[in-house]
Amino acid sequence: MQRVVRSSIIDAPIERVWAILRDFNSHIDWHPVVAESAIEGGEPPDRVGCVRRFVLDNGARLREQLLSLSDSEHRLTYCILESEVPLERYVATVQLRPVTDGTATFWHWESTFGTPPGRERELADMVGSGVYDAGFAGMRRYLARGRAGGATAVAAGETLTTDAIVVERPGGPEVLALRRLDVAPPGPGDARVRHAAIGVNYFDVQVRAGHHGGMVPGSALGVEASGVVIDVGPGVTQVMPGDRVAYASYPPGSYCGIRNVPAAQLVRVPDEVSNEVAAAGLLKGLTAEYLLFRLHRLEPGTAVLVHSAAGGLGSIVAQWASHLGAVVIGTVSNREKAHDARTHGCAHVVVTSDYRFADAVLAATDGRGADLVIDGLGEAGVDENLAALARFGHWISVGNTSGPIATIPVAALSDKSGTFSRPVLFHYTADPQRLAAMASRLWEAIAAGAVRPVIGETFSLGAAAEAHRRLEARATRGSLLLIP
Amino acid sequence: MIRVYTSSVIDAPADGVWALVRDFNALPAWHPMIAESRIEQGQPSDQVGCVRAFRLRDGGRLREQLLALSDFDYQCVYSILESPMPLSAYVATLKLTPVTDGNRTFAEWSAEFDCKPADERELAASIGTGVFQAGFDALKSRFARR
Repeated sequence: MQRVVRSSIIDAPIERVWAILRDFNSHIDWHPVVAESAIEGGEPPDRVGCVRRFVLDNGARLREQLLSLSDSEHRLTYCILESEVPLERYVATVQLRPVTDGTATFWHWESTFGTPPGRERELADMVGSGVYDAGFAGMRRYLARGRAGGATAVAAGETLTTDAIVVERPGGPEVLALRRLDVAPPGPGDARVRHAAIGVNYFDVQVRAGHHGGMVPGSALGVEASGVVIDVGPGVTQVMPGDRVAYASYPPGSYCGIRNVPAAQLVRVPDEVSNEVAAAGLLKGLTAEYLLFRLHRLEPGTAVLVHSAAGGLGSIVAQWASHLGAVVIGTVSNREKAHDARTHGCAHVVVTSDYRFADAVLAATDGRGADLVIDGLGEAGVDENLAALARFGHWISVGNTSGPIATIPVAALSDKSGTFSRPVLFHYTADPQRLAAMASRLWEAIAAGAVRPVIGETFSLGAAAEAHRRLEARATRGSLLLIP
Repeated sequence: MIRVYTSSVIDAPADGVWALVRDFNALPAWHPMIAESRIEQGQPSDQVGCVRAFRLRDGGRLREQLLALSDFDYQCVYSILESPMPLSAYVATLKLTPVTDGNRTFAEWSAEFDCKPADERELAASIGTGVFQAGFDALKSRFARR
């Protein structure tokens, strides 16, 4: 029986390394010799007993089974079920330990197996060097890849200053003022992020106007941005300096160049997604995710009414819902946007500038109405949305561009056994695990082309007031960005 | 039960580090807190069950008993019999593991003990930082490769 032991120190926190290794299907991302990987039967990759099927870069195939997985011990055990290489009774253990003196991780990888006589040395070397040592090197490269490199290695630990767009009092776009703000080194649980792109949302307009309690006079507006981590405060293990990240989080403060953000609210941005797409798509994409997969579980054939279907949120909801097999009816305010809405997957488009659309929705659904209404209109759309709702329909209010909804006529809902929801994204993203799952589904949908965030217009940070004017005039298509 | 865990990487092969720390009577030779040490009743320092009596540089006196010693696992387990610290049922483990990549040593020092809730924080800090990490720091500078 051969016993092979290899170990290494990885310069990353144990939670980070374990999050990768506990996924039994992750070798494809980081191990250089794995060319294809899949879990049989589509089972979750952390289900004990699941089987992964590898094709190696030399064409060899093997099947391995997960025998144990312990999140508390940071340990997993697996065995080979079938292999073209003659490793018999192969059982391997991966064990991680934190190096508390710093933020590194000790990684111990060992196995026992039998071989045909005379091949002991060759096969032990293959496993030790070709699989384990190569895996350590691959993991180091993989962890380094998400980092932006030397360009950001500046000024960690010092107070930095940044341009910011702040509000002193509620009002129109003219109350937005450009200021210099100090950004202290990150405190416990925080990461300091250098923004690359900032998402502009209609929510920001409402905070500016004083419709939400979220305005803190003298602090920056904005709830969405992407960028690179400069440094992290005590206790932060989710991200490291140099990581590319994005966030959609409350309270506001993203209209600036540098900011401290709770690390639990950051999501890492995959290589394939640009900073601009992340800032244009994260808040709206996470919103679409919970709307279509959590609050309402969308099924094929569902008739979905999406307002402002050429806008930032509307375009993403239309794209994703149509990809999932829904029949999407979009409303837009002019003919140009109608063309956009069709490219986003709308089967029917209603051009309306006076909040009248119910008749057109009923006509498009043979009189049945919309099973799901994604409504950012608010007060001015209440009667028409109720009229457009199908029996058992679900009306979800996600915004108030025409003003907050004062009352919902319950009698009108009971006419249709209808459901009304008024969700808030930040409640869904408060739990870091759920946030990670939501972001992961969004990045996959973007990678698959199901979701294509549209960057409508890009402004400098100092031109934030102009971006707000354009947004309020309903003159924009897609998402608006500020570049610091 | 309070648990304290400290770990570090020492830039030297594990057998060399182990040769120093396996000697239950050798703390004064490498740990900066320990002034002098002897093994009671003239027993060898690798006899499981032997008791070391030692004096700290600050004058405190302790008696500790060797509960387990493994040259195979590079692991040593011991308990406190008497000490000035307000704790009981103290059992500690010092364990070395080779890091094959670079021929270094991953060192872990952990302890479990009981104490009053009000003393938890201070004891955990003084043991984790003052004893374990101080010992690792001394080993790291002693074995630093030039």
